[in-house]
Amino acid sequence: MMQEIILQNLPALLLAVPMLGAFATPLIGRAGGGARNLWTVAVMLATLAIAIVLTAQVLSSGTVVYTFGAGAADLTVPADSGGIPVRIIFTVDAMGAFMTLSASIVGLGVMLYSLSSASRSTGQNGYYALLLLLVVGILGMVCTGDMFNFFVFLEINSLAGAALVAYRVDKGVAVEGGLKYAVLSTLGGLLVLFAIALLYGQYDALNIAVLASRIQFTPLDQIALVMLLVALAMKAGAVPMHFWTPDAYSMAPSAITALLVVASQASLYGVFRVVFTLYGLTLNYVTIGWIIIILGVLSMFVGVTMAIPQKDVKRLMAYHAVSQTGYMLLGVGVGLAVLGNPQLLDSYGVIAMEGGIFHIINHAMYKGLLFLTAGAIFYRTGTRNLNQLGGLGHSMKWTMVFFIIGALAIAGIPPFNGFASKLMIYESVFLFNPLLAIIAMVVSILTLASFVKVFHSIFMGPRLPEYAEVREAPTPMLIGMGLLSLLVVLFGIFPQEVVDILITPAASALIDQGGYIASVLGGA
Amino acid sequence: MFFNLPFIVAALLVILGIITMLIKRNLIKMIMGLSLVEAGVNLLLVSLGYRAGGIAPIFTNAPAGVMVMPTVQAMTLTNIVIGIATTALLLSFVMVIYRMYGTANANKVRKLRG
Amino acid sequence: MLDTYTLQTGTGFWDPVVWIVVFLVAFLIALAIWLLGEKDYRRGTQQVKPFLSGNVEPEKADVHMRAGNLYWGFTEAMKGYYSRLVPLHTGVLNDYVLWFLGVMALVFVIVGVAA
Repeated sequence: MMQEIILQNLPALLLAVPMLGAFATPLIGRAGGGARNLWTVAVMLATLAIAIVLTAQVLSSGTVVYTFGAGAADLTVPADSGGIPVRIIFTVDAMGAFMTLSASIVGLGVMLYSLSSASRSTGQNGYYALLLLLVVGILGMVCTGDMFNFFVFLEINSLAGAALVAYRVDKGVAVEGGLKYAVLSTLGGLLVLFAIALLYGQYDALNIAVLASRIQFTPLDQIALVMLLVALAMKAGAVPMHFWTPDAYSMAPSAITALLVVASQASLYGVFRVVFTLYGLTLNYVTIGWIIIILGVLSMFVGVTMAIPQKDVKRLMAYHAVSQTGYMLLGVGVGLAVLGNPQLLDSYGVIAMEGGIFHIINHAMYKGLLFLTAGAIFYRTGTRNLNQLGGLGHSMKWTMVFFIIGALAIAGIPPFNGFASKLMIYESVFLFNPLLAIIAMVVSILTLASFVKVFHSIFMGPRLPEYAEVREAPTPMLIGMGLLSLLVVLFGIFPQEVVDILITPAASALIDQGGYIASVLGGA
Repeated sequence: MFFNLPFIVAALLVILGIITMLIKRNLIKMIMGLSLVEAGVNLLLVSLGYRAGGIAPIFTNAPAGVMVMPTVQAMTLTNIVIGIATTALLLSFVMVIYRMYGTANANKVRKLRG
Repeated sequence: MLDTYTLQTGTGFWDPVVWIVVFLVAFLIALAIWLLGEKDYRRGTQQVKPFLSGNVEPEKADVHMRAGNLYWGFTEAMKGYYSRLVPLHTGVLNDYVLWFLGVMALVFVIVGVAA
């Protein structure tokens, strides 16, 4: 009985559990730090469990639709509403389920890691509450099937993220990063809402499926498309709108930075959802595809070249996050550019999209891992300046191993997961336009070069006298990093399994606009 | 023309807010610009929901007539609430920055760059 | 059996398991060659000193190559690029907003012309 209720309400529980967890955290925190830590980890574990069950359900029996407040979860269109779904509907297809899974895995790693990394700070109740709220924002964005609901979760995501960036004031510098992030996110969010209003004004609907079935690509729709596309790409950190990314990522606590990467990817998911599901073939897919490709190439190149001269290790990694986002934009952009040509789509478009989507989860894992290692080094040494670090390989062996795994994965060195997704992108993009594939490979080489520098200057060299007292990172941190690096290695050794189980359904869910509409409105 | 007036005003408010954010160097004034953008979006939402001759969807003692579906009104209320939270957060950021840096000028609040 | 582990990329394929096996074999061969090498290395003797002629060894911290010295040549060679790119990251919030809205305006124009 209980089991049945849980299974029927998975999409609602996926958000209700972390939200309840977030708001109960300050209350439970009054009972003591241990109880609160236990509670937050339990909540995150429960969220991950729900995400896994939900993903399994989506992959085995198709898109899960959940109507809030209706008599039955699949009663999307009430009998007396005239064919309009008036309620908020969650539509979790394979793409959404994939993002959910990726976000909750990183969430668990971050939560375990935070047990140590936040343990010396004040205000931990608020920290954990905001962390769980950030998870709620991310999960809500990727699950919802309603445009306005998407905006609300986008704002939850931005607010919780900005508050966490600024949480350790750090002589005001962290607040500066938080302010830049918050102002740009809010402006972006408002423009997203403006676009939603334009769509609602024309089609009297907020549900993505209904909008998708009615959309005409009128001039107003074009304005709405550009607003949604650019605002969400800005939130995802695409060049030349990436300026907030290094500021916010470098000043946030390291655990939070790992989660901010996922938060940006939720916006990236928004871009993909808007162009593929909401507009689909009605939009000028060659133009929009090339816009996304150019944003992606710029992100790759500018991101990596800006990373090379950086001195702050987290700022350097933040530029790499921008650069890696470019790969996802490139892969999926190529898929979009050939969307209307079934032959090209079959021959390389789908593979390019799969590569881009595979890169999302890979990036979440290895970039999360890298930020966590940077945080462990900061925790022990108290500095992020590469010019001052050195010789830590003698004392922080496990951290070094995890860093090597993450660095090789981000540079696309076999047999780690970054290689598998990058290979898919290279080979398919080469067929589309060889120049783009060559740029992508050059960027990979520069990434490797940059991480060789980081590795050398942090871990290599003789044991330095100022770090004679440095010990290995605490165990919960190592567990958090170990969890992510295990996934990096597993995804690298068994890429075809991951592609078959998670990625191919996600890519076909994105392409299959009719299926998305049918899952909500019924019929075909 | 008159029918479109609310939309024109909404667009003007958004543009004014954006210009404020671009040319004012004081962080507080930039947040004021952001609030203007928000007000413009709210106005657009509410004016979209206007139906001539429609009545409020309150069923108790309702007069005869066509009821308006209050979706956009609900959206506007939600956005106002979100806007208050955002503005409060942003203003408190500026307050902390002013205490730490001694200035709220965007040209001087740039320790993070490069 | 091996087919299930092979990543099909449309035009090519990638088999991590085979790669790891080959890597391990190569590693074992390298290890074997290494084990055949000189065996008269002794820790704690004069052998381990860095200078044969007994020069004073500098402090450890002095010989460590710091990050600032790495890739100096790269950034120097790319000076024309970096001297234009880095100053764009001004850190001024107004500029960030301007870039965001500027890109949006540009995309408006592109989409408008294309349609």
